[in-house]
Amino acid sequence: MVRFFAFLVGLFFAGWLLVSFVAGGIAYVSEPPAPTAEHEFHLAPKHVSFSFDGPFGHYDKQQLQRGFQVYKEVCAACHSLKFVAFRDLKDLGYNEAEIKAIAKSWPIKTPDVDPATGEATTRDPVPSDHFPKPFANNVAAAAANNNAIPPDLSLMTKARHHGTAYVYSLLTGFQNQPAELLRRFPDSKTPSGLHYNPYFANLNLAMAPPLTSDGQVTYGDDQPKPTIDQMAQDVSAFLTWTAEPKMENRKSAGVAVLFFLIIATGLAFMSYRQVWSGVKH
Amino acid sequence: MSFPWAKEYTPKVPLMKWIDDRLPLPRFVYGAIGGGYPVPRNLNFFWNFGVLSGLALVIQIVTGIIMAMHYGANDLVAFATVEHTMRDVNSGWLMRYAHANGASFFFIVVYLHIFRGLYYGSYKAPREMVWLLGLVIFLLMMATAFMGYVLPWGQMSYWGAKVITGLFGAIPVVGEPIQTWLLGGFAPGNAALNRFFSLHYLLPFVIAGVVILHIWALHIPGSSNPTGVEVKGPQDTVPFHPYYTAKDGFGAGIFFIAFAFMVYFAPNFLGHPDNYIEANPLSTPAHIVPEWYFWPFYAILRAFTVDFFFIPAKLLGVLAMFASILLLFFLPWLDTSPVRSGNYRPLFRKFFLILLVDVLVLGYCGGAPAEEPYVMISQIASAYYFAHFLIILPLIAAFEKPLPLPGSITEAVLAGHGGADHEAVGEPAPVPAE
Amino acid sequence: MATLENSAGEALSTENEGVRRRDFINIAAVSFAGVGGVVALLPLINQMNPSADVLAMASTEVDLSGIQPGQAIKTTFRSQPLFVRHLTPEEIAKAEAVDVSSLRDPQTLEDRTVDGRKEWLITMGVCTHLGCVPLGAGEGENRGEFGGYFCPCHGSHYDTAARIRKGPAPLNLEVPPYTYTSETAVLVG
Repeated sequence: MVRFFAFLVGLFFAGWLLVSFVAGGIAYVSEPPAPTAEHEFHLAPKHVSFSFDGPFGHYDKQQLQRGFQVYKEVCAACHSLKFVAFRDLKDLGYNEAEIKAIAKSWPIKTPDVDPATGEATTRDPVPSDHFPKPFANNVAAAAANNNAIPPDLSLMTKARHHGTAYVYSLLTGFQNQPAELLRRFPDSKTPSGLHYNPYFANLNLAMAPPLTSDGQVTYGDDQPKPTIDQMAQDVSAFLTWTAEPKMENRKSAGVAVLFFLIIATGLAFMSYRQVWSGVKH
Repeated sequence: MSFPWAKEYTPKVPLMKWIDDRLPLPRFVYGAIGGGYPVPRNLNFFWNFGVLSGLALVIQIVTGIIMAMHYGANDLVAFATVEHTMRDVNSGWLMRYAHANGASFFFIVVYLHIFRGLYYGSYKAPREMVWLLGLVIFLLMMATAFMGYVLPWGQMSYWGAKVITGLFGAIPVVGEPIQTWLLGGFAPGNAALNRFFSLHYLLPFVIAGVVILHIWALHIPGSSNPTGVEVKGPQDTVPFHPYYTAKDGFGAGIFFIAFAFMVYFAPNFLGHPDNYIEANPLSTPAHIVPEWYFWPFYAILRAFTVDFFFIPAKLLGVLAMFASILLLFFLPWLDTSPVRSGNYRPLFRKFFLILLVDVLVLGYCGGAPAEEPYVMISQIASAYYFAHFLIILPLIAAFEKPLPLPGSITEAVLAGHGGADHEAVGEPAPVPAE
Repeated sequence: MATLENSAGEALSTENEGVRRRDFINIAAVSFAGVGGVVALLPLINQMNPSADVLAMASTEVDLSGIQPGQAIKTTFRSQPLFVRHLTPEEIAKAEAVDVSSLRDPQTLEDRTVDGRKEWLITMGVCTHLGCVPLGAGEGENRGEFGGYFCPCHGSHYDTAARIRKGPAPLNLEVPPYTYTSETAVLVG
């Protein structure tokens, strides 16, 4: 009885799936899905290598400091970094006094309540504060940016596939729309107010190219030249750190743990062989 | 216990005797996983995954309790408290990555455990209850994993919750009230998050309870083995301890190496980047996909694209997805072949391999975007999935001519095809010319 | 290896060394697992210690400029009440008039303040008996029999140097570590 009903149910599901398959196949052949510009012209992130790649990788603190400088001078006016606190900057090699000075002079102020009047006010950030947001809320952010809300960057490199390379590619990927694209997809011309970038999922993004000229940010004399490429790499590295500040701890702990586990498992294997040595199995 | 030669517990130290006389817990443990449980001597490494599943459950409960210490189940702060765990809590990143990857590893070992059972016919009499309880555990795991994935309140959390509860909306008439009831609102929100957290904390302990029943049911007939031939006497078995504790210890080492590798060097590989974006009810991710362990079922859900007269395709997909799991409960009565092990069932083995590939294909399609050719492939693969369990298995059982079985486990072992480790796991047993 | 030894010797050696080697391997494997288990416990325990954001909030800056003599303010330090009191000359005189050796917890006002700034009494607002918040920092609150603080829970009276004078509390109100960062600002912690 069970098998009889099962047979019927199986026949129904399998049969109807085959009907769906045939229907889908006919539709696919008669009206093949039209190619889209996104599909044809979107590019995977460029290959770029960093000091923190691989199981033994470490952040290059000089690079993180440069990236922080790029964030501060180029990105921070629009993009928040709300999960990162000023105190976290000690990972970049800053000491307490430097962090305090950075917080105090940060161009965006921390919202607070006036202790005397109870009115909303702002104050200089202190090291224990998170980076203050440039816009009070999403409505303000949208209103100031032509309806596009600049996303928070704290986790950006983990919130995209191959995030570090993605950020780097996006920053260096602004270009004019290829003639080929316009020829094949005349309707896909980049709308005004948007900017063509093949590394962005739908090819046109609201953000204008933020890094526009070499030397836009002034690095120290002992540092590499601030070319667009260098600045893009540095800020990508910095945003990798903001997304995964514990990466160095994680990797170094991982090496030690794996080393231990391999020895322990080797011993466990010998013990297993030892225990079973007298038993044919 | 059904083994007259099982060793009795004899306390070695007075303290243990004192305890055993008053609460026979030492005796119970000894009989369950100690020297008092005789186990077939020819188990191969596929029999490690039961213990490893238990280990994964323990890892999940321990890391989960710790995560709960730092988590705030409120839609305004949930995402931030998870980031707080990752950044500020001592070793918090380790707890979170271990918990997130631990879920994946739990499913990996459970899937291997299930496929072991499917190949070696472990679901057959007299072990049906073991199989049924195992499926209950599997269902509870799926519910727990789904609710746990909602808790970080990222984009995939939010939209996963919306889509999965939306499945209930496909049920005619009562569907939408049920969806609203599940969520405590018209869309996922604070109410849904809180109840999911509450249940996500509860269900693992229910799982632990069913695991005890699962092991209890196993100990009535005793473990199955690669030949599928029942234990005939003491020569066929070895005591669980030290033989299988040693083997499981080695297995646990391998498990931990793989687990540590993922946790420390690729912690986000199995996750989805969109879940690092805070939940936004106004913006849907480009591709909503569940975690990888749900992909085969997700593919079945999406495979139905044509309405069946008055039944909409969406409802068919939901029914088929639930059916694809529920049919496993009937498996002991669908596969009536008296021979358990796939090693002695040449035809069954071929179809088993097709099923294995089929499920992998379904998984791949379930993770892919809902566009051609993936939909068409998943239609064929889903059709095979149902046909395999509901049509093919009963037919094979009726028409297949199995290979001659060994007289006993010991006989098979001495002849060199007991099925254990170095005797070629998965290598086909000699098949007579057809 | 075995081929280099004669068969009798091999049999003998496996008989003796085999036992020792077997024990050694099993003991080593189990000990390794045990050590690993114990080490794995450390992060599980350490995660309950204060997290980085809590530690970052572990100091409090207090602005003294607005506190008039005779007034006190209540603020928080490490999530507990902190009393900052500007003593009047009379209160200082009253505190210094006490014979220190007669006190339950003998300390002078100088011991409890910074040199040259004994008009600023900075203490925790946590009664040393069972942790209630004493009265006396707020305007018009009961300051107890000795003009300092009074804990209403079990009736501990503190004097103008916040020393315990009467009641069940065993110790004076705790003075947290602090430094003057300017003439009118104090960093506690």
